Amino acid sequence: MGNLMQKFGFMLVAAILAISVTGCGGDKNVRDDSSQYGSEFDGNDASTSGIDTSRLDERGLKGVDYDDRMAFLDPKNPLSTRIIYFDFDSDSVRSEYMASLRAHAEYAKRKGATVRLEGHTDERGTREYNVGLAERRAMSVRRILLLDGVSTDNLRTLSFGEERPAVIGHNESAWGQNRRVEIIYED
Amino acid sequence: MNMKFRNLLSGLLLITLATPAYSALKIEVTEGVTGAIPIAIAPFKVEEGFAPAEDLAAIVEKDLASTGLFKIIPRNKHLGNPAQLSDVNLKNWRTVGSDHLVFGQLIPKGQGNYSVRFHLLDVFKDAGGAQGFEIDAPANALRHAAHMVANRIYERLTGHQGIFTTRIAYVTAKNTKRGPRYDLIVADQDGFNAQTVASSSEPIMSPAWSPSGQHLAYVAFDIEEGLAILQVQDLRTGAVEEISSREGINGAPSWSPDGKNLAMTLSYHGNPDIFVYNIASKKLQQVTRSPAIDTESSWSPDGRSLIFTSDRGGSAQIYKIPVGGGNAERLTFEGKSNSRAVYAPDGKSIAMVTSSGGYKIAVLDLRTRDLRVLTDGRLDESPSFAPNGQALIYTRSTGGGAELATVSIDGRVKTRLRQLGEVREPSWSPF
Repeated sequence: MGNLMQKFGFMLVAAILAISVTGCGGDKNVRDDSSQYGSEFDGNDASTSGIDTSRLDERGLKGVDYDDRMAFLDPKNPLSTRIIYFDFDSDSVRSEYMASLRAHAEYAKRKGATVRLEGHTDERGTREYNVGLAERRAMSVRRILLLDGVSTDNLRTLSFGEERPAVIGHNESAWGQNRRVEIIYED
Repeated sequence: MNMKFRNLLSGLLLITLATPAYSALKIEVTEGVTGAIPIAIAPFKVEEGFAPAEDLAAIVEKDLASTGLFKIIPRNKHLGNPAQLSDVNLKNWRTVGSDHLVFGQLIPKGQGNYSVRFHLLDVFKDAGGAQGFEIDAPANALRHAAHMVANRIYERLTGHQGIFTTRIAYVTAKNTKRGPRYDLIVADQDGFNAQTVASSSEPIMSPAWSPSGQHLAYVAFDIEEGLAILQVQDLRTGAVEEISSREGINGAPSWSPDGKNLAMTLSYHGNPDIFVYNIASKKLQQVTRSPAIDTESSWSPDGRSLIFTSDRGGSAQIYKIPVGGGNAERLTFEGKSNSRAVYAPDGKSIAMVTSSGGYKIAVLDLRTRDLRVLTDGRLDESPSFAPNGQALIYTRSTGGGAELATVSIDGRVKTRLRQLGEVREPSWSPF
């Protein structure tokens, strides 16, 4: 941790990390939006899937046994809720999410899985301050999973602030979808 | 494995180092001052048979115009094109409404190299008072030479050091077929020579120039490891040094004025606090200790204190604390919230984002405690002072997104630096 590394380049360039955006039906919590970053750069670029669909399904379930994945993709299963949305300026987890969080806690305990909680805010407010706010949201979810018995060793948080919006837009509809914590099962 | 993976990709970074960014910024003055100084820049004469690759006088015109402080007399109005003092007819320049005249010549030095020999003349004074200058203009740095000419003129006529040879760093975000792409870009302050210095499919945040202008500190994300990484990149070699990738937040870097320390926000201990990291010893010292969010620190020019954003009082406000820790003093009381403050180069004022509904750029005079709101955007952010303290560059929200803009510290002069796509987090280099 915190080690100094002299190296050339850290990158992460899309070409190699890119995850294909096909299939999988999407998560019920993820809404698509076609008005994305600077589409003028890419002309009629056909990437219409929401930014987070591929991330949640391909990346978020990496740590889930292949046989269990259907449960996470079944809208009737509480495990399918892998995004917790928040009210404006709030880090309180609404009661409607408690059943899903309990299901995630039970699954994580049973499998010894490591869960990463990725926090996000809407675009309002300054960027690094929003990183702080988003972490606070991730910590709220973390506390609930801890109370449900998940070990601290199996819980991590990462805060993106406003940098990784699920939806690009400057209205409450977009903001409401961006104030969120995503539940990621680590590899 | 992580390090191996990064090394594997080093070639890609090298490619981006040599790749000009997609499009240059284009400056447009949206509000100027009444009483701007009328000035004519005569095209620099050059011997027949020589054709310099750049129109240096035109670059000087654009530089001066971009400050909003000058009214450029257009070339097609010029009566004559003097190369030396004996060619100047003062009456002609008064007739076209100019107060000042810049004229001169490019002396060929071989292999495309030149020397600019020029004069600055007050056309209402005795021509004998003309000031002469000579600046080297190597073939590969003609634009730079023109910016140096503009610096000299600006300094003579305003009394402030010119910023035309400085640079800006900023981040762009765009969507590609392969998903989001974030670029860290360094460009001349007029938007030319834009170079992508780092690229990622994950966010890049908070670029901060080292006082020497040789390094940028910024935040990147390693999504495989689930980490935010605060790192420093050498702009000459491209080498990246990882400063912190602890659990949680590793963000908001701010250099000490001597370049030996970095203030940053870390949360590995449970919640965001300000820390100071010594680059040579790698020692970390905690500065703030509160259960609130403490972040967005900026180092005072005298090196003794840090200002930062904290919501310890219920809403985000700006506080000041000695670098060694101790009691924090609250500096802002107006507005619903105030955040992301930066010290002016002279340390006498701070710029910040103030909110009473929308988010606007404001400057607080630390002596009078007078808060002046400079912009009127919906979501303006990321103010960064020009190194001469005369203007701020910031992100201005527009209908569909954001663009870079500048505002003079008295709020009278505004410019827009237009570029397609999401442009954000400008940081103005030191001199």
